[in-house]
Amino acid sequence: MKRTITATVNNNSGVMNRITGLFARRQFNIESITVGMTENPDVSRMTFVVNVDNYRSLDQVIKQLNKQVDVLKVRDITDESTVERELALIKVVAAPQHRSEIEAVASPFRASIIDVGRESVTLQVTGDQEKVEALIDLMKPYGIKELARTGVTAFKRSSKKTTIDNPRYSIIN
Amino acid sequence: MSAKTEIQYAQQTAANEEMKGSSMLIRALAEENVDVIFGYPGGAILPTYDEIYKTGIRHILSRHEQGAIHAAEGYARVAGKPGVCVVTSGPGATNVVTGIADAMIDSLPLVVISGQVATSVIGTDAFQEADMVGITMPVTKHNYQVRSVEDLPRVIKEAFHIATTGRPGPVLIDLPKDVSVATGIFNYENELDLPGYHPTVHPNRLQIKKLQDAVTKAEKPVILAGAGVLHAQGAEELTTFAETQGIPVASTLLGLGAFPGEHEQFLGMAGMHGTYAANMALHEADLLISVGARFDDRVTGNLEHFAPTATIAHIDVDPAEIGKNIETHIPVVGDAREALKSLVEMDGERGDFTAWKNTLHEWKTKYPLWYNEDDETIKPQRLMEEVYEATNGEAIVTTDVGQHQMWAAQYYHFNKPNRWVTSGGLGTMGFGFPSAIGAQFAEPDTPVVAVLGDAGFQMTAQELSILQELNLPVKIILVNNASLGMVRQWQQLFYEERYSNSLFPIQPDFVKMAEAYNIKGSRIDNLEEVRGALDEALAHDGPALIDFRVTPDENVYPMIAPGKGHHEMEGVTP
Repeated sequence: MKRTITATVNNNSGVMNRITGLFARRQFNIESITVGMTENPDVSRMTFVVNVDNYRSLDQVIKQLNKQVDVLKVRDITDESTVERELALIKVVAAPQHRSEIEAVASPFRASIIDVGRESVTLQVTGDQEKVEALIDLMKPYGIKELARTGVTAFKRSSKKTTIDNPRYSIIN
Repeated sequence: MSAKTEIQYAQQTAANEEMKGSSMLIRALAEENVDVIFGYPGGAILPTYDEIYKTGIRHILSRHEQGAIHAAEGYARVAGKPGVCVVTSGPGATNVVTGIADAMIDSLPLVVISGQVATSVIGTDAFQEADMVGITMPVTKHNYQVRSVEDLPRVIKEAFHIATTGRPGPVLIDLPKDVSVATGIFNYENELDLPGYHPTVHPNRLQIKKLQDAVTKAEKPVILAGAGVLHAQGAEELTTFAETQGIPVASTLLGLGAFPGEHEQFLGMAGMHGTYAANMALHEADLLISVGARFDDRVTGNLEHFAPTATIAHIDVDPAEIGKNIETHIPVVGDAREALKSLVEMDGERGDFTAWKNTLHEWKTKYPLWYNEDDETIKPQRLMEEVYEATNGEAIVTTDVGQHQMWAAQYYHFNKPNRWVTSGGLGTMGFGFPSAIGAQFAEPDTPVVAVLGDAGFQMTAQELSILQELNLPVKIILVNNASLGMVRQWQQLFYEERYSNSLFPIQPDFVKMAEAYNIKGSRIDNLEEVRGALDEALAHDGPALIDFRVTPDENVYPMIAPGKGHHEMEGVTP
């Protein structure tokens, strides 16, 4: 199962190395890692999407992270009300006759065209993982030349809701 | 001896004094009451060695860095204080990695200071440069590279705190040469600021209550005592709790000594070469109380068959150990001593374990440890019994890993804590001899016996120089079977007797080797002379080595074969 975990860590050199090394040697599967500074320049926030077999493995991931001296706080936010976003850049093969079609597909995703070449266009899309993946799937038939994804970054919403997330009617709302 | 009174540097205690990084280091060691350093000098650590020379802080020069780090481990294990090891950059530092990993997995508090090339050339593959922070990251509790001299006092203070609190472990400080000669203000008074480090010492009362209730209701309870009891200095509390509640106690390899070895409630060591009573108690128990043990695979055997009917209670200061290997029903996060103290204070209602005790007593008397005596050779098991008797069970015993380690664990009964120094988790050959040196520094007046295999001894034998130089009265007992005994045993049992590289047809003359260092050496190959030789060596007020030629093809039994459960022990009876 996929879980989203956030951790605040000391912004020291080598912290990223400590965390990724820990994941590798304990055989934890990471799907993505993002890291960046927070409002406090001494503290960074990391967001992991991990793939674990069961709750005991998940428990281990969190406990092992907590054991690190440079890790300040760890939280599994999968079941909480959260904001999760990922950004992807997709370079799609686009002969001139396909461009308007691509643009039309991208538009409900609120993806924007940020670069145009003679035979390709580059789309930028932001959203949760499912939305990003849906657009990537739709672009595949045209031919994806290059793809770069940031991985998910996330935190808790300010208002506590009992529901897991907003009710959704489609993948792109 | 007290470092503070004897050493001149401690006389100047003015705070906020300006000094060099290397002076700060030695001053900080004095603040931490470090009375001995184990180490080896070299280029990048020269400023620190200059300071060692000037201040006269006690430094033990090993002949290989591995010797220094294992000595620091032996010291830490016996003294209950952090072992301090100082080495140079590059090869000096990489040579201590085995010892750091050993200390990590056996939770020994160490502070290791490695020299490093100057900050201006870090990352350029400079002479004797190695990325020690990167290399030791997975095998330290925490590590530091000091980039600025102003950080040094804080880093040292944090290092000692982290190494010794919670679950103990090694901390490495990588000290670039330019930082150790730069000057800055020495202030050791600042409060620690470690927002990400708060070990839980005091256990939750509700969990303690739950555990006590389980004890009262149980019919077949057993305590599994691990090294956590020793690290927490909770042996006394363990005995009180086990006695007042009438619960039998088994021990892990590293937990030996946490409960008196000759106590009637003691079942012996559990695990791969544990006693029948201890292993069957774990298998049949309805309540298993693990105190400071981590359910290592050598203890549990096949997890599928481990304690199938038991409610598992697990007391551990490291929350990550709880639930790591087996599902826990009553988790108690906290210091073993605090938890046991709470249990004793609670003074809960005793359960009725009469039937269980009778069963255990039957197992103990029916299936004791055994070996076949013969008239021709020295049985290694018999040798261990002789060592036990000759030392009145009062010695500190250190070992390497392998057959001799198991025999020592089986036949030397530790009635007091911190008398048993062995490489458990990592299983490091070459650990036993230098750790005996460290142990002797921790307790100068207690006899220290290094029980070593002939192969392991040859991995760190160069430290005989320390014995010679300081006339340190460590006694080396070589359990010489001219082979890598445990490897040979496994090849016999599981590889159809293909003894690949495990037999030593050529061996050095160990007696001459000892004599080369001006150490009393002797060779014993028949049983009648064993006791006399041991008595003579123990009476000698300097170091001694005895090369005991034991039965070469003796195996360690009983045994749980790999992949088997506690109920599937082999070699339980002759």
